[in-house]
Amino acid sequence: MADTMVVDVQWDQELIMRQLFDVLVIGGGVVGSAIARELARYELSIGVLEKNLDVCDETSGRNSGVVHGGFAYDTGSWKAKLCLQGNRLMGDLSAELGFDFLRCGKVLVGNTDAEYAQLERTLAQGRANGVQGLEMVDEKRLHELVPSVIGKFAMYSPNSGIVDPFGLTIALAENAAMNGVAYFFDREVEDIRRVNGIYELVTNDETYRCRWVVNAAGLGCGKVSDMLGITGYKVIGSKGDYIILDKRTGPLLPMPAYPVPSNTYMGIHVTNTTDGNVIVGPTAEATGNFAYYGVYQKNIDYLAESGSRLWPHIRKQDYIRTYCGILPKWVDEKGVIQDFKMEIKDDIAPNAVNLVGIESPGLTASVPIARHVIDMMREREPFKPNVAFNPRRKGLVRFSRLSPDEQAELVKENPDYGQIVCRCQNISKAEMLEAIHNPLGVKTMTGVKYRTRGMMGRCQGGYCQMRIAQLLEKELGLADTEVVYSRKGSNLFVGKVREDKA
Amino acid sequence: MMETHDVLIIGGGPAGLACAVELHKQGVTDMLVVEREAKLGGILRQCIHDGFGLTRFGESLSGPEYAGRFIEEIRKRHIPYVTDTTVLSVSPDRVVTTVSPSGMRFIKAKAVVFAMGCRERTRGSLAIAGERPSGVFTAGVAQSYINLYNKMVGKEVVILGSGDIGMIMARRLTLEGAHVQAVFEILPMPSGLPRNVHQCLEDYGIPLYLSHTITDIHGASRLTGVTVSEVDGQLRPIPGTEKEYACDTLILSVGLIPENELTVDAGIPLDPKTRGADVDEYHQTEREGFFAAGNVLHVHDLVDFVSLEAEKTACSVAEYVAKGCLPICSVEVVPGQGVGHVVPQRVSGERDVTFSLRANRKLASCSLEVLQNGVAVMKRPLRNVVPAVMLEITVPKAKLSPSGIVEVRLV
Repeated sequence: MADTMVVDVQWDQELIMRQLFDVLVIGGGVVGSAIARELARYELSIGVLEKNLDVCDETSGRNSGVVHGGFAYDTGSWKAKLCLQGNRLMGDLSAELGFDFLRCGKVLVGNTDAEYAQLERTLAQGRANGVQGLEMVDEKRLHELVPSVIGKFAMYSPNSGIVDPFGLTIALAENAAMNGVAYFFDREVEDIRRVNGIYELVTNDETYRCRWVVNAAGLGCGKVSDMLGITGYKVIGSKGDYIILDKRTGPLLPMPAYPVPSNTYMGIHVTNTTDGNVIVGPTAEATGNFAYYGVYQKNIDYLAESGSRLWPHIRKQDYIRTYCGILPKWVDEKGVIQDFKMEIKDDIAPNAVNLVGIESPGLTASVPIARHVIDMMREREPFKPNVAFNPRRKGLVRFSRLSPDEQAELVKENPDYGQIVCRCQNISKAEMLEAIHNPLGVKTMTGVKYRTRGMMGRCQGGYCQMRIAQLLEKELGLADTEVVYSRKGSNLFVGKVREDKA
Repeated sequence: MMETHDVLIIGGGPAGLACAVELHKQGVTDMLVVEREAKLGGILRQCIHDGFGLTRFGESLSGPEYAGRFIEEIRKRHIPYVTDTTVLSVSPDRVVTTVSPSGMRFIKAKAVVFAMGCRERTRGSLAIAGERPSGVFTAGVAQSYINLYNKMVGKEVVILGSGDIGMIMARRLTLEGAHVQAVFEILPMPSGLPRNVHQCLEDYGIPLYLSHTITDIHGASRLTGVTVSEVDGQLRPIPGTEKEYACDTLILSVGLIPENELTVDAGIPLDPKTRGADVDEYHQTEREGFFAAGNVLHVHDLVDFVSLEAEKTACSVAEYVAKGCLPICSVEVVPGQGVGHVVPQRVSGERDVTFSLRANRKLASCSLEVLQNGVAVMKRPLRNVVPAVMLEITVPKAKLSPSGIVEVRLV
């Protein structure tokens, strides 16, 4: 078994070296994966080069998980237009791809006259952007919508919602893979050359060749743009820290509650998640270090204090984790944040789609961004439709969400559903196994975590992580020293305590 | 298809096992012990060190040996139990839904005993700042990996928290060839038992730094180091005292939390101090027919006391099953000065009662007092009291009355 696998891999590598892809997408985040999936609707050979060991390890998985309404962006901007489109299609997309999405609405909560005026401006901008259903609500109505929120009035956006950001990204990527897109992990693009009209993408591993290249590198967008010869973009990181609260708090917050936004920052908000937790955040700090995902003590304290002014249920005993994410913001020389940049520079880098500064609302707008990218490509080359394309993907069956009768039926069909591996969230072995054998070939602990929610509960893997590590080893034939938590090098074990007896 | 049993015990660890055996001795045979793991024994299975059983059996046993004594009794007495079975829900009218690979079961019990034990406090719940590399383990997880899964978790180790499992893991890791640099404790005293400070740290030359905590964690992939700071009297890190320790492993032994999710689902109120159910002297919760024993009720220092408590709970459960009800306990018990928590929280005032309690600070010499209506009814002088050691005091019924708040204090 093991030998066969090694041979397969070598053969595959040779094929890659010889293969000329029609399109290579740099970056397997939500935008790169949406692009790969939209491209799979055409008869093209498509590859995705991802530097991490899974999709959504960076910005796509590290955010508030909010499906934005589209009112917060300048009228006429790509951000406004594509956000609105993304918001509208999210319901159908979630049904098609099997990820969690809830159109729960959202409130921007204010107290002062100045804030009221600001909200009215936001509302007018939203209406100009084509956002429907926006309304100002008084304190009474606000408290009917969100009983415990602290505020005198709010702007209510009924079409805003929440999404599982891991679920969305993984669904897009897995559906792309099911439709023939090849995902290559641990492949960081280090150089791009163009030889006789063919792009050569030099990675830390092989060099990959393609006719079209798409820069969907997220935080790496500036670097890749430079490699393409499209220079001059200044991209800064905006780092936001968050606190995650126990699921016991979820029922106390039916929809995200935000403070009144400034022009550049949405403010520290409280957001319910599709799994019933509450997250508090983010802070916003400019950073040039796109690899540092540490959370600062002062920020944790500040988040709790600031969030508590909006919502009174933030208690330390409900903390289950902190995290942070970094948004890539394209800024001009004065530091003013710019719109999404989506371009093909035929003169400098023909057949190269360059995406720069895809930050919030990139999660909401991912699929419309992808469609716009493909429109730009098709203006330059006709693509033949792929009649075999299947847009549907069945997500994991979540044992814990079924009725007792359905649960009983499921266990009868497959006893692995009756083996509970995660005690906090009642996640079964069957779900763990399905995640371990994912279509992308991801082999990490967080690969299982993001797909099943194992280790995301209140005990943070205290009960299930040993079982998940053991399943990974057994199912994928990994040695002790090959079990990796998330990033390359994040090994869990240094070896065995005792060598097994022969 | 509703099954019925007199008693359903949730958890086949030390509390559940002791409760089941004692119930059987009391003549209750229609019961079921539900265990989610493949084997009975609970956390004892991974506690391969010795020192268990000195009180209960008068000899020093390893965790598996200690559990084995009860499991043997369970088998001898043919007490029914199921493993690989998880309780999905407990309804307020005592219908317990379980699932295992062989299917779902719906069980209506006259009495339900909570014996789910506790879980470890995590890095996330403490919100320790810094990056999130691999190599950060709670002590129990590291213990499980090493003792049950044969996985070596690291080589250069720092331990935060001087809880008993943390100190035991300091010794265990040292014996397996790892280098344990130090144990850091935020409090000005050790959290675990004095005997573990001697046997697990001092005997191996592992330094224990009191009033120190970890204020930053480094490493983008595997842990590369931690920042340690001294703390002031309010447990706040003192700026300027930061020291860096290079390490690949951080073990957290920072507290245990009774695992009461099912208890809360059944609509049963918890005591915010113990984080276990509010119980009376029968260990009956505020909802009739629901009982609790062991670490799910309050975190114990020694497993022996878990067993003894569960055996007492079993006697109450047997009485409840036989009579259909238990006397009402309306006398409120409150922790007074110097006491962190006290169990039970309600008594009848008509029977002898034993209070279990923890000091909330170190006391060189003091008096453990029980008061009712503000008048001392019992006093016992104590020396060298530390929060790590659970205290007990038994008050004979003659000294109690059926009305008036009872206060337990250390002065």
